[in-house]
Amino acid sequence: MFDRIRRGLETLGHRFIGGIWRVGSMARFFTLVLASSGTSFHRFRLVMREVYFSGVLSLIIIIVSGLFVGMVLGLQGFETLQKYGATESIGVLVALSLVRELGPVVAALLFASRAGSAITAEIGLMKVTEQLSAMDMMAVSPMARVIAPRFWAGVISMPLLAALFAAMGVFGGYIVAVVLIGVDNGAFWSQMQAAVDFRYDVLNGVVKSFVFGIAITVIATFEGYDAPPTAEGVSRATTRTVVSSALTILALDLVLTSLMLRGES
Amino acid sequence: MERTTIDLWFGAFVTAGFAALLVLALKVGNLGAERANETYRVEARFDNIGGLKVRAPVRSAGVLVGRVFDIRFDNDRYQANVTLALDKRYTFPKDTTASVLTSGLLGETYVGLDAGGDEKKLVAGDRITITQSAVVLERLISQLLFSKAQEGPANGANPGGAGNGGEAAKPAAAAPAAAAAPAGAAKK
Repeated sequence: MFDRIRRGLETLGHRFIGGIWRVGSMARFFTLVLASSGTSFHRFRLVMREVYFSGVLSLIIIIVSGLFVGMVLGLQGFETLQKYGATESIGVLVALSLVRELGPVVAALLFASRAGSAITAEIGLMKVTEQLSAMDMMAVSPMARVIAPRFWAGVISMPLLAALFAAMGVFGGYIVAVVLIGVDNGAFWSQMQAAVDFRYDVLNGVVKSFVFGIAITVIATFEGYDAPPTAEGVSRATTRTVVSSALTILALDLVLTSLMLRGES
Repeated sequence: MERTTIDLWFGAFVTAGFAALLVLALKVGNLGAERANETYRVEARFDNIGGLKVRAPVRSAGVLVGRVFDIRFDNDRYQANVTLALDKRYTFPKDTTASVLTSGLLGETYVGLDAGGDEKKLVAGDRITITQSAVVLERLISQLLFSKAQEGPANGANPGGAGNGGEAAKPAAAAPAAAAAPAGAAKK
């Protein structure tokens, strides 16, 4: 009995220390990526190729989900605003929630599960098949050739995807509120424009998605690079990428939002 | 440099992303509607600004003519000192009235300007002297209740005058009670 408790505590402590260890090595990994990203800009073709794989191929899911999220927001918002006779404010509701929160966060979650997992699996498999060691043998730094381009591709794609998501969401809200329900077109746009501030709302959303892009790609590339070189190890690393980047996105969102809202009002 | 389809996709993706940002800035946000027009600043003191915020609109005849630039508390007069940044295209007479208004019951708070008839115009640094504070709903309701309460006995004791008002009201209040008592007794 006593032995069992002791063993449980030991495992807990081991896990805790292991987690901190991972954070430390991830930070070192991050600086290493930054240090060896000269090649990525020197040979920008490498980054472009990765932008194609992680950004362009995520377009469908981002656009379609943005449209649906906007439509749902329009429907739900209309239902609630109707009680207060303020249905014209539906544009404000849809635009502000998309630009400030849902655009960056949901796009980042989708990006993490669509592109982040793919990056982890790819790098993990490269490690399993010893492609990374082979590169090292040939004096080609895998950091510069494989990791850094993927990192920068994610950092470039994420804000663009979030902007697309928000724009499609506003369009979806427009379709539901104005075209289907019949809210006044002019009031929809003018109230939205009166309430959405470019600097406070739009730019802050872009900053958020930029930070999320960094977080997701660092986690994804690190998990792949760090994965145990077995089939099981790669599959676990892929799962961990999705879980820990989702948690990181939401935690970072809270921090960033509280920082950004401070100066307002 | 040879072209590849990746280039095309990259270009399309980046263009689409920036187009979306542009839409967010111009169509959704206020960047398109609000050119950085030249403004001039005038001040106004209010006893109570209610829920007025910095960047709240300044309207005259319902048209946006400026924004609230700054709000400070004047510690000498115990009043709110509001700086308004007005669009250079519009000028107002010196005796313009500034009032803190609310659009609708739940709408935003804004400053309304009602032009006066003075020949001279407001220039930068001037002060709007005639101001009207925000209407505090609670105060309005309590005033209404108070005036109603004052009205009530005065109507009942019309010939008696103010001094007798209280006494006149008392029997009136007692009468229904007396009337109710027998009814209650009869029921028993």
